[in-house]
Amino acid sequence: MFAHLIEGLRQAGLPTSITEYLTLLGAMKAGVAEWNVDDFYYLSRATLVKDERHLDRFDRVFAQCFKGLEPPEGVLPRELPEEWLHKLAERLLTPEEMAKIKALGGFEALMQRLAELLAEQKGRHQGGSKWIGTAGTSPFGAYGYNPEGVRIGQHESRHRRAVKVWDRRNFRDLDDTVEQGTRNLKLALRRLRRFARQGAATELDLPDTIRSTAKNAGTLDLKLVPERHNAVKVLLFLDVGGSMDDFVKLSEELFSAARSEFKHLEYFYFHNFPYERVWRNNRRRHDERLSTFEVIRKYGPDYKLIFVGDAAMSPYEITMPGGSVEHMNDEPGRVWLERLTSHYTRAAWLNPTPRNSWQHVRSIGMTSELMEGRMYPLTVNGIDEMARELSH
Amino acid sequence: MSVSFKSTARYIASRDLEVAVNAAVTLQRPLLVKGEPGTGKTVLAHEVAQALGLDLIEWHIKSTTKAQQGLYEYDAVSRLRDGQLGDPRVHDIANYIVRGKLWDAFEADRPVVVLIDEVDKADIEFPNDLLLELDRMRFFVYETRKTVVATHRPVVIITSNNEKELPDAFLRRCFFHYIRFPDRETMERIVQTHYPDLRHDLAREALNVFFQIREVPSLKKKPSTAELLDWLKLLMVEDLPADALRTNEKHLVIPPLYGALLKNEQDVHLFERLAFLARRGA
Repeated sequence: MFAHLIEGLRQAGLPTSITEYLTLLGAMKAGVAEWNVDDFYYLSRATLVKDERHLDRFDRVFAQCFKGLEPPEGVLPRELPEEWLHKLAERLLTPEEMAKIKALGGFEALMQRLAELLAEQKGRHQGGSKWIGTAGTSPFGAYGYNPEGVRIGQHESRHRRAVKVWDRRNFRDLDDTVEQGTRNLKLALRRLRRFARQGAATELDLPDTIRSTAKNAGTLDLKLVPERHNAVKVLLFLDVGGSMDDFVKLSEELFSAARSEFKHLEYFYFHNFPYERVWRNNRRRHDERLSTFEVIRKYGPDYKLIFVGDAAMSPYEITMPGGSVEHMNDEPGRVWLERLTSHYTRAAWLNPTPRNSWQHVRSIGMTSELMEGRMYPLTVNGIDEMARELSH
Repeated sequence: MSVSFKSTARYIASRDLEVAVNAAVTLQRPLLVKGEPGTGKTVLAHEVAQALGLDLIEWHIKSTTKAQQGLYEYDAVSRLRDGQLGDPRVHDIANYIVRGKLWDAFEADRPVVVLIDEVDKADIEFPNDLLLELDRMRFFVYETRKTVVATHRPVVIITSNNEKELPDAFLRRCFFHYIRFPDRETMERIVQTHYPDLRHDLAREALNVFFQIREVPSLKKKPSTAELLDWLKLLMVEDLPADALRTNEKHLVIPPLYGALLKNEQDVHLFERLAFLARRGA
């Protein structure tokens, strides 16, 4: 019945399913929506949309699907002879009419007026200047009068009311362009989780209690263990500047959203390649620098090290002293990277550029070699692969 | 259930919310409610229960809440201790099964409204663990080998603050409603229902200030309905004249008793700075 609506929604990228469609039909059958189109809009919205970011897209698809199909407000569908509507619809489609309709204050204004006239009119009408009929011109005539002296196209307030709810696009602000489905990424990152028992002993250890009670010759001896806590610690090194800026925001959001999956998560920034200094606050990169040695000293080898960067740069930045684009480095970048990866044995590099483009950039190959091949694309699968590798 | 949910004297519901609630009640599916904090998500469950004349069972979710706790828990420690003391109750394991909120709801004599509050606070897998229970309204008690089936399917209302995304399979089974921030007109009605004896001039000025604050860009936490109502109450208690809120100049001023509206010091600082700039500009 409303299959084209579902089709439209799916084409617009909404994850609407058959289950939801059947629910909608069920609700219609149960008479949840009274026989008016606003209620139907509300009902289908509540049934088919499950995320406020999709509401705006839903509104647009709904408007598209039901454009021209909705009955004029305030008139019950069964009171409208079909032939009239048919003729009217035909008229509405000609370009001249469209221009005139615009002059009247738009389609909505017209529909409202039409509804009023239809409600007033008792029979079929041929010709004439007020009633609606096959040969009539009244609703389309600019600035015509009816006997009560109501001027068409001047009742701004009433016309505004007639704007369909879904055409108001109330939810435009909520439709963000941010890549959706961080849930999948989070689930991929979950592989990194490792549980350890730490802290106060609050959970009953049943096997141990039984064993110890038996040993005590049946006198109850409760054994408790601490609750399991997430024990994964992650150091995140983010490349900033230039081409990486868009990706950094994405990866920062991703990792902070997944923060609950880690026990500790520390961020550091670098530019193109890690050298002797990194920084914590990108806005104050020139006054709040931190020695890379300091990082190695402070965070033990139990941390997992994840670089996020496109690794696209001049090969000199990796191999030569003084090769950095930003400052004079005494030691080449590869020395620093080796220093880091030898301290943090569980390290990986996430690259936001697509995997098939890697072979065309020499520095990516070099970096990947330095990382012993542990470079993964910043996608759900890539993160999954990385997590699998790092969780060993 | 023939009674349908409508705006009450204490709760102003928009038509779309009414339709969503009625759909959920009629088809006996859970209703997921999202929206800015303080727009009345939790209160909705209370009002629905009231409107339908049903009891309300509240289950507040915390970060440590497990899905199992909503069904039942097995109190092994009590049983071991009773076994030690020779209590005859120990022979029946059923004595040590502690019912959860959902069990209570399933076995109530008459239908109830269940509120699962802030479902996004819990672990990311929490909603998945409740899929079957909420869909079929039944679950299996492993210890007693018994299946608990809902005698009456409860009306389930779930709220979320969007801290975590919910799994698709879970969403597919729910009706969804996003409570939008009310516009000025609705807000006036809400204020009216909560404080019928509030002076009109004060209400008008307060709403002016309130909407002005919400327009301030980059506020960390925009004040919402709940905060407005708190603030109005404070204004009434202090018996401030409406003039105290009124400014002839166009620019921002820090409203009296702002602590009820602005909830963190960054926002207060931001506000002070904007007010200062505006004053200097004038």
